[in-house]
Amino acid sequence: MTSLLDALLVIVLVMNLFALGTSRIHALIRIVSAQGALLGVIMVLVHRHLTIPVLAVAAAGIAIKGFLIPAIMQRALQQAYVKREIEPLISPLASILLGAIATAFAVLLAGQLPLVNQNDGALLVPTSIATVLVGFIILTTRFKALTQVVGYLVLENGIFVFGMLLIEAMPLVVEMGVLLDLFVGVFVISIIVNHINRAFSTLDTRQLVSLRE
Amino acid sequence: MSATWNILAAIVLLSFSGVPACLMPRRSAAGQRIATLLMVAGSLLGLSGVAASLGGANSPLVQVPWGLPCGRFAVMVDPLSALFLGLVFVVPALGSVYGLDYWRQSQHPATSRRLGLFYGLLAGSMAMVLVARDGVLFLVAWEVMAIAAYFAATVEDDDPAVRRAGWIYLVATHAGTMCLIAMFALWRHATGSFGLEPAQAMPVAVAGTLFVLAVTGFGFKAGLMPLHVWLPGAHAAAPSHVSAVMSGVMLKMGVYGIMRMTALLPVAPVWWGGLLLTAGAVTGVAGIAFAIGQQDLKRLLAYSSIENIGIITMGLGLALIGRSLGRPDWVALGMGAALLHVWNHGLFKPLLFLGAGAILHSTHTRELDRLGGMGARMPVVMVFFVIGAVAICGLPPLNGFVGEWLLYLGLFRTLGQGAEAGFPAAAAVAVALAMIGAMAVACFVKLIGTVFLGTARSDAVDRAQDPPPSMVAPMLALAGACVFLGLFPSFAIPAVENATRTWAALANSASISIAAIAPLGWISALGLALVALVGIFALISRIAFPTDTTARAVTWDCGYARPSKRMQYSGSSLGKSLVDLFAALLRPTSHQPVIHGLFPNSATFKSVVTDTVLDGMVLPLFRSAGRFLPRFRVLQQAQVQTYVLYVVAIVIVLLGVGAMGGQP
Repeated sequence: MTSLLDALLVIVLVMNLFALGTSRIHALIRIVSAQGALLGVIMVLVHRHLTIPVLAVAAAGIAIKGFLIPAIMQRALQQAYVKREIEPLISPLASILLGAIATAFAVLLAGQLPLVNQNDGALLVPTSIATVLVGFIILTTRFKALTQVVGYLVLENGIFVFGMLLIEAMPLVVEMGVLLDLFVGVFVISIIVNHINRAFSTLDTRQLVSLRE
Repeated sequence: MSATWNILAAIVLLSFSGVPACLMPRRSAAGQRIATLLMVAGSLLGLSGVAASLGGANSPLVQVPWGLPCGRFAVMVDPLSALFLGLVFVVPALGSVYGLDYWRQSQHPATSRRLGLFYGLLAGSMAMVLVARDGVLFLVAWEVMAIAAYFAATVEDDDPAVRRAGWIYLVATHAGTMCLIAMFALWRHATGSFGLEPAQAMPVAVAGTLFVLAVTGFGFKAGLMPLHVWLPGAHAAAPSHVSAVMSGVMLKMGVYGIMRMTALLPVAPVWWGGLLLTAGAVTGVAGIAFAIGQQDLKRLLAYSSIENIGIITMGLGLALIGRSLGRPDWVALGMGAALLHVWNHGLFKPLLFLGAGAILHSTHTRELDRLGGMGARMPVVMVFFVIGAVAICGLPPLNGFVGEWLLYLGLFRTLGQGAEAGFPAAAAVAVALAMIGAMAVACFVKLIGTVFLGTARSDAVDRAQDPPPSMVAPMLALAGACVFLGLFPSFAIPAVENATRTWAALANSASISIAAIAPLGWISALGLALVALVGIFALISRIAFPTDTTARAVTWDCGYARPSKRMQYSGSSLGKSLVDLFAALLRPTSHQPVIHGLFPNSATFKSVVTDTVLDGMVLPLFRSAGRFLPRFRVLQQAQVQTYVLYVVAIVIVLLGVGAMGGQP
């Protein structure tokens, strides 16, 4: 069981690097939605005794992150006529390198952290921290509104992985609440994207500086 | 028990008195009447509770559970709070009656309901401050009071001067609250609870810090120099009955805070009292000196309030020294003077503000040099104004005299009598008190001379007339109380003595007795004799000069062909000699015209006394902060990416700290 879990977590890490390396937004959305769906599967694996609530959360996660959110975002993408992240702050290659460094940092750090249950899946904590850091890298280096959303999704995926450690302690309501938040957030942003496009005739969030007082 | 519940019910009635009006149409007068009715009913209910608890023992502590994580809802009424509560239940209700015509709903449809709402809330929260026996509850009530006063005072917020005064008040009051929050946090640390019960023992340094925080925090509200910066502007900007409540009652909340904290703290080194005596003397002298320099009627009264707070603080300082040195007679006289003056000032200052409001209401100007000759046009207001002025100058037979007289007695006693050791340094303050008294007379002679005597200086005065009865009645009540307390101070003494015993908590506090030290009977007798003497003189002059046979003519005008009515002694010229005496403190600025040749062009002369602390120190400080702090705007890049980067940096630092095994 643990080896399967670790293998899946490694796939999550690889997906992180892939997300950093691609410059096509379509591919980015697809890879992140696949990552979200994969996390739903991992959640089922982490739990030794499956209960209805766990299955419900996993199913809802797969449905929302794997299908609903990508569908909304693809639609927004079509309306906004954007295909590529044309000018990221750093090149895709540099992003991948940065992501690799972040992953290594996360693995090193996870060994040092004073956690209560050390042996619950060796890679769970490093994957979580690495995914969060990758989310931050996407957020800080990409400028299109939609890639920003993707960054938040990756960030949330990282937090979701960490939440698996606490699944016994965390009530179902919280998990569902987080999913709802995520869904509403993406839903709203996808609508706003259209308006940003119309108001600033670009999706570059740097133009929002003009809103500063 | 029932006394406390009466007062709590009164607090609810006062606080929500303005709510029904908010549910009514803008121009309907009914809402304002209901508010006044609720204020009066609540005040009467509260006064019944006060009367029951003034006399003797503390009422039991009433505790009601509340949902907040810290603090408790704990209230208690003891003679000290009851004394201040009396003021809260008298002045705002009278002001509310006054406001019926002063701020008539039909004339101020846009602001009247807001004013009524916050006016009631201000009164209710002040009462809550006085009964609270828990630090958190106290702070909550204190903040509600500060905010309610802000909204009540800035009702005319379309005027930039009012908005400016409001901002200064808001900043000052929050600076004070900041000190109070620090004080209660330290109090909790030192005693283990937020409860305001007398502390058993604590290190001298902690007690000293608590004391300094209390004096600073409450000093902002009371208006101790140099923390008074908000006071003149806010009092001038507020509607007159709000100024009356702020000056007469709200400033006393600061005094109450200092009294309450000094009562709770166990040890009292002599320097505490010395600090208060010095602060009081400085506040008193500087306050009245600034008052003389003012040319705005209500600003002048506000500065005079600062002076009176100084006198009260001096009394409290004397009492504190008495407590440190175990001298019940000093405690009795100092605290007696302070508490009596709290009441006295709470009666005559609202009287003066209501009088000033009546003048403002009919002339629409507060500038002394545009008034003049009001005595002939508003004789009733003049009578009340003169009563208030005589009282505030501390002249017999009115109430201001009694408090200051007790303070003199106490200060003279610190010289030492016979074998008793004295504390002569304190007696030096008596000089300051005498100076304050003399300057107060000069100040109010200037005020009354400029406003009521002479001839009108501008057309604004022409249509002035006495206000309607609803505005006269509150003044009558306040003036009556001033005369009564002045002639028969012994009625108030038992309540003051009880409050003093509550405060002092000395081993021999039973021996505190003002009546045994001060011959109050003589005050009444001499006061009545003085009244009789004045009456006889008036009668004689009436008989000797049956009709007004004085011929009226233009003053000799140096041969000038076209004298105008502006050519009289102005308010600033009457005060000039004293202003020049204090020029180092007041820093008066004047723009004098330069005159060339034989037939010079028209020129203007202007002289102003600004607030040295506010305009000379505080505002420059804020301006330089305003120049320096924008450098930090670099941090505000308005780019989501940058902000996320900040978050990442913090997360990495925290993770690093966690990895080090440290406790973040």
